[in-house]
Order: sequence, then structure tokens, then C-alpha cells
Amino acid sequence: MAEATLTKKDFQSDQIVRWCPGCGDYAILAAIQSVMPNLGVPKEKIVFVSGIGCSSRFPYYMNTYGFHTIHGRAPAIATGLKLSNPDLQVFVVTGDGDGLSIGGNHLLHVLRRNIDVKILLFNNKVYGLTKGQYSPTSDLGFKTKSSPMGSLDQPINPIRIALASEASFVARTYDANIKHMTETFEKAAAHKGSAFIEILQNCVIFNKDVFNDIYERDVRSDHMVHLEEGEPLVFGAESDKGVFLDGFSLKTGSLEAPPAGQLLTHQPNQESPIYANLLAAMEYPQLPLPVGVFRKVPRPGYEAGVQGQIAQARTKQPDDSLQTLFHSGDTWEVK
Amino acid sequence: MESATIRFSGDSGDGMQLTGTQFTNTSANFGNDISTFPDFPAEIRAPAGTVPGVSGFQINFSTHDIHTPGDRPNVLVAMNPAALKANVADLEDGGLLLINSDAFTKVNLKKAEYEVNPLEDGSLDRFRLIPMALTELTHRAVEPTGISKKEADRCKNFFALGIMYYLFDRNLELSLTWIDKKFGKVPDIKEANRLALLAGYNFADTTEIFADAYQVPAANLKKGNYRSLTGNQAVAMGFITASKLAGRPLFYGSYPITPASDVLHELARHRHFGVQTFQAEDEIAAVCAAIGAAYGGHLALTGTSGPGICLKAEAINLAVMTELPLVILNVQRAGPSTGMPTKTEQSDLLQAMYGRNGSSPCVVLAPATPGECFTFAIEAFRLATKYMVPVFLLSDGYIANGAEPWRIPNEADLPKFEITYAESQENFQPYSRNNHLARPWAVPGTPGLEHRIGGLEKAHLSGNVSYDPGNHQLMTDYRAMKVRNIREDIPGLEIYGDPEAETLLVGWGGTYGALFTAVQNQNKQGKKVAGAHFRYINPFPANTAEVLARYKRIVVAELNEGQLDFLLKAQFNIQTHTLFKVQGKPFMVREIIDFLNAL
Repeated sequence: MAEATLTKKDFQSDQIVRWCPGCGDYAILAAIQSVMPNLGVPKEKIVFVSGIGCSSRFPYYMNTYGFHTIHGRAPAIATGLKLSNPDLQVFVVTGDGDGLSIGGNHLLHVLRRNIDVKILLFNNKVYGLTKGQYSPTSDLGFKTKSSPMGSLDQPINPIRIALASEASFVARTYDANIKHMTETFEKAAAHKGSAFIEILQNCVIFNKDVFNDIYERDVRSDHMVHLEEGEPLVFGAESDKGVFLDGFSLKTGSLEAPPAGQLLTHQPNQESPIYANLLAAMEYPQLPLPVGVFRKVPRPGYEAGVQGQIAQARTKQPDDSLQTLFHSGDTWEVK
Repeated sequence: MESATIRFSGDSGDGMQLTGTQFTNTSANFGNDISTFPDFPAEIRAPAGTVPGVSGFQINFSTHDIHTPGDRPNVLVAMNPAALKANVADLEDGGLLLINSDAFTKVNLKKAEYEVNPLEDGSLDRFRLIPMALTELTHRAVEPTGISKKEADRCKNFFALGIMYYLFDRNLELSLTWIDKKFGKVPDIKEANRLALLAGYNFADTTEIFADAYQVPAANLKKGNYRSLTGNQAVAMGFITASKLAGRPLFYGSYPITPASDVLHELARHRHFGVQTFQAEDEIAAVCAAIGAAYGGHLALTGTSGPGICLKAEAINLAVMTELPLVILNVQRAGPSTGMPTKTEQSDLLQAMYGRNGSSPCVVLAPATPGECFTFAIEAFRLATKYMVPVFLLSDGYIANGAEPWRIPNEADLPKFEITYAESQENFQPYSRNNHLARPWAVPGTPGLEHRIGGLEKAHLSGNVSYDPGNHQLMTDYRAMKVRNIREDIPGLEIYGDPEAETLLVGWGGTYGALFTAVQNQNKQGKKVAGAHFRYINPFPANTAEVLARYKRIVVAELNEGQLDFLLKAQFNIQTHTLFKVQGKPFMVREIIDFLNAL
């Protein structure tokens, strides 16, 4: 209630955290809890809404309002909540199965409507809670108990799905870097409208170290490129390599002896989605994997639109008495 | 004449619904009691001239209090051979059959699969057949406006309406005003429709085809202001009224589906009442958004028809588990699967009762008439918010689209209900319960009440996740008891008909009009029959066992294969006689009377 003095501790619930030891979710939880006091939002106005899966246990560990809903439907429930009370700061916690498989439809629609919710999609490329089946982001050929001869499903890229859904804010971060997560979450919270954040997350039991080739400390600077607004796309331990646009394709090269093409400068606020889609298509190992904010554009919010229509209707028809309602249409009197 | 039943029938593009509605409003204004039954194909424009493309609108209007749209029409208007084929079997012997003979061409007869022209083979001899060149007459009537042939064709429904207005001595004023308003922006079309209506009336007057105009004097209805209302309009108005009475905004999450879409349309145009309508991406999102809005403190509603309920089932269970107030409107249609979307049935009762995983008690209500859709919309929200429980409201295609005169209530006579949210407090217990076992409604945004809810079983009081065996038993019992106790908060089952009766005719929901009329009719014949009609099904009224025990013979009539019958037998251990019908059509009074007579 005295929001000025809130600390990370105020956002920790009294429940024992039950993720597996070593799970990437712990780091994400810590990052979120540390961001909360900086949002300038009173605790009672924060709501975490989740679906089903390991990630979706998240609300139980936050000392805010929380709603652990049903598989895939968190975006739809969060939409109704936000429409009923636009003042709330609503986070949706989901995973690659919950958000992209059973709940793919709702993710598409919450993003295209630009409902002001912050969607945290924990991507570990596997189903955890149901014990290790392949997910929509699992690699082709991924062997699991439900795909003993390898997955035949073409994986999808969450960032490209979000962009195709006309999301106004799209970012990627990773559980191995609390500082990067914290900065990304703060940027997302400050955005007006839907924010979509893919969080690369390590499942230590069913898909252990799946992202290590990308984000381990010793390879990170060579295998990832950090997107910073207005800065060139430069990476490498010595910041000596860049991402260049040559024709329709991207390639990497040294800054000292640049290849043909143009060194890209990051512009997440371009109205056209072409640039963001170009970045979204960058996959490791062909290219370094981009992390940071891909796209951040202003778009009208749905909640304001709804309130605006109600206000407009009230100006046009100020009389909202029941008697007028009952007498609308043809009436007659029996004497 | 005390009452008359007219059926207008034609191609789905012939404007028969409009013609029927015009006749209805005029008759209601005149002071008749009315009851209507629109019957139309699911296809917006089924192949022209074919039987599946026939659209009909039946209206019963009377000088008495009436409860059904009438079994058999006294007058049938058939605009083409297909309409004749689809409807002629229902016309009473000696009934008036008005036919557009211009439409009985070789091609149209073939489309309707007539081998011989029925106007010429004597097969219609048992009716008062009046063939008229309606198309030709309409063309001539609208000629001065210079509109195209195609546009002129579309005016023939008003010509037919004019004939009916003459025949039943109706005033043209209301329809003329309507035409002025509707077509005000297209003067030549407005003029053409006016001319067609007037020409139809005058033609009937001067040609002496009809011996006399029939008189159906005004009914002796209770004093007051009236309007005509369909069940879908009534339910929408009831929900808005509930929102005003409770002082909380209404949220409607829905996905378009026949025959419930009109509720979405109706609510969408009432935004000035603070109503939010949300056309979701699918049925699941529609109910989920409503649950989100309920969590946020709104009066939350989702509406659909049977197939939509299948999709919503998991989410409804989330509302059961989280004990949030949610109203679920099901405008039932004929099933299973896609079934017959525009046809009526009562076969989703057991779905509402049991169509979810686990023990999942919900309140189940079923309004009996279009007008009751209004009162039960309010009642659904009263119970949902008082007991923190999902409430099913089972309407059906028949009462949803049928109209009757509705006596406009005084605001002071409307039920009151107050909504209380949990207030800021120390050590808040989200699963504590009040004396009627409802948990507190704690709305996000309230300081100090931060808590977590969800679909996992919750510990009594604290609401923490619990796998404790005794706790699951306790919470399951609480959820069941909470709903069962509602029987103390609802009216008892009422009996109508002969007080000395030994036979009790039992039904539920939208069949009331036919059942009531059958009992009335039996009583006039001196038969000792009474009726009881359920509007509250879960829980049943407190006196149900006692009422049922009073009768030697219980007859259950419903538009399914025995769903209420199943519930009554299971809960009250009774023997029954059963009249079940699943033809996509409402009961005819005659069918019930015949069944009772044969017992």
C-alpha cells in the first residue's frame, strides 16, 4: 500500500517455489520480482495471469493478484480483466506449449488487438510439466518419449509469430542474464499496448542446456547480437564484428575489413515490419541470435477504444434510464 | 372470430419475416394478444425456389390470452410452389390458401419437385384456394415509380400484407409509417412499397374475392403499457437491467452463432448503458474473457448455443473452481454437432448439468416464455453474484425468436440486488465463506487483498494449492451444498389447472405455452389434469418432491429424449409417462392433448 517503499521482498509470496533445482524459471522470477518495485505501480494493481505448464505456476510465487487459469487461455482471460479494469498492470506468463500450441489462437488475437498486457513466453523448446514431449519450438528430429524417432514438426519462431500478429512491442531475452532480463522487462512495462517477450529458458530435466551454445558466458558475445536502439549491430568479444545487409540477405563480417553491403543500425521503431522481420529470421548457428527489443511502435490501445465508444454512445444517447430502454420500439397502451 | 393463425411463407429472399413482423406489430398495437413463430433456413439465400430455401413466419392473434403461435394456420400465404409444398400439410381443412399464381411456372414447379401443377390437379380442393397474380399485380401497382422489374418484384410481400390487412380489418398506419422511416432515403423504393401495400388492401376490398373481412377484437389484457418482444430481445434487456440494478457494468463475451447472435447485436447497440460487448476469436476466448471480467468485478456474461457450450466447458469449470460469478446463456438449437441450427430443441439440459469433468455443480435456469427471458436474465445474475457460482440460462430457438406482448414493468417493481466486494483487510482469506457458503469477491486493485486463484484445488480458507484428501472432499461438498441451498432462495413449484387433478403434466423452459394451453383445453373438456412447469432445474424448487407425490400419474413432455425425466427419476424416484419430440419443431397443442387422451 505504501508503494514508495516497496522492495523485491514485498513481491515474494509465502509459497515454496517448486520448480526443479537449477530450472531457468528461478532466475526469471528473481528478475521479475526485482523489477516490480521500479514500475511505480502499487502492488494491488499488478496481476499475473498464467495458463498451464511449468512457467504458469509463476503467479503463486508473486505476492500480487494472480490467476492460474487453463491451458492456453491466459491471454483471453487477461483481455477480459483488462477490459473490465484498464488501470491494472497485467502480466501474462506462458510457455512455448501453452502460448504457441494450445493457446496459439489467443496469442495471435491479444497481440493484434494490442491489449495492454505484458506477455512473458518462457521458451525451453520442450513440454516440461507433462514430462518431456516435443513442443512447437522443438528442433526437427528432436527425440522425446512421444517422438522416439525424432520430431517431424517444423519448429516455429516465437518472434516471427508475434510480428505476424502485428504486435507493437516484441523482444527476446534469456534466463542466463538477469541484467538483460531486467532491462527488457522494464522496457516492456513502459510500453503502452501489448508487449511480447520471448525468454530463452533452460529446462534442466528434459532439454538441458539447449541454449548453451548460444548464451554460455564464453560464447555469448560471438553467438548473440544485442540489439540497442540507434546502435550498429555489432558483436564479438572485441566488438569487432557486425551484421550487414547485402541485397535481401544478412551476413556477418569484420568491421575492420567490412564485406559488401551495409552495416545495420538498430531501429526498432520503424513503422514497417520488414526490418524487424529481417532480424527475427536470424537464427544461430547461421547468424548470431539477436536479443533485445526487435520492434517498438505506437499503436492505439483496444481498451481506450472500447471506453471511447462507450463515451461516444453516451454523448449521442445520454438517456440510459430503464424506462427509456423498456419503451424503445413500438409500444401501446391497454386501458 | 376469437383468434386466427396466419402463416406467411415464401423464398428466404421474399421478405416473409418482415411481412410477419409487420402484421405482428400492427395486431399487437390493435390490442390483440399475439404469439409468433418465425421458421427460416440456416442458409441466408438457399437456392431460390427450392423447399430448403423456404422461410415462414406464423402469427397467432387473439381476443383472449394466448400462449402459443397456434398449431395449424387458418390462413396460409404461399409465394411460390416450394412454400406451398413445405407448408400446405399444416393448413387446417377449409383454411384459406392465398397463392401467388405467377410463381407457379414450369421451372419453379420443377424446383419444388411437383410433377403436376397442384393448382390444377384438385389436390388443394379441401382448402379455400385463392390464386392471385401477385407479381403481375404488384408490378402494375408500382409502375408510376419507374423502378426496375427486379425492384418491383421485391415489393410483392407488401402487396400480400395489404391483402391480409384488409382480410383481418387492420389499420395500415403503422406499416406506412414504418415504410416512410425505413426507406426515407430512397424515395422511389419508399413510394413503391407504399403503393404495393395500399394496392393489396384496395384490391382485396374491391374484388370481392373475400366475402367478408374477419374481426378479431382486441384482447382483454391487463392494463398497462405493452411492447412486442422476442426472447432474444428480452434476455438482452434483462441483462442490461441487471447491470443497472446492481450498479455494475455488463460484459458480454461472445462468438457469433445461430440462434444466439441477436443477443450480441442487441447488446452491442446499447453501449450507452456502459455495456461492453467483446466479439472474441472463438467460443473459448469468449467465455474466458467473461471470466476475466468477472474476476475484475463486472457482471460477466457469455452467450452461445449448444456447440459453443461444448467448447466452453473447460473454462466454465474454471469459474466453478475459482467460484466467480458467471452467467452462461445457451439459446438451444437442434443437435448433436451442427445439427439444425435454426430449429428448436431442449436437448442441452444434461450438458448444463453434467457436461464437464469432475463434480461441477452449476445453477440451471430455464425461462418459459419470451417475456420470462427478461426476468430470468436478472435472476441469473442475482444468483451468480450472491452465491459466487456459474449460472446457466437455457433459452431455445423457439422462445428466442418468437414474440409476445410484454407488459412494461415499473422500475419500482423490479427485484433489487446488491453486490458487495471484499474490502481491504488484514489476513485476507480468499476461500472463507459467508452464511450461504459464498466466498468473497475480491477485485484486483483492492489494497491488501492480493491473493492467487486458479483451477487447481484450493485449500479451505487460505486458497493455497492443496492436494490434501480431506480438503478436496470438503471443497467438493461446499461447492455442491452452495448450489443445493439455493432452493431456499427461489420460489416453489406452482401448479396450474384443475386443483382436483390426478394427472400432472410436467415440462420445463420454452414448451410452457403449448403445455399450458393443452391443460386449459383438457380442463374445459372436464378432464382432471394439472400442470407444473420448471424454471429452476438446478436446484429444483424445495417443494418438488412433495408436489410430485400428490399425483397418481405424472406426464413429462419435453423436446428431447427424456432429460428432465431422467433428472426427476434420479432425484425423486418417480414413475412417469413420457412425451418426447425431437423434430426441430415446438410442440403442437394437439399432440399433447392426443397423448393425454390416449393415456
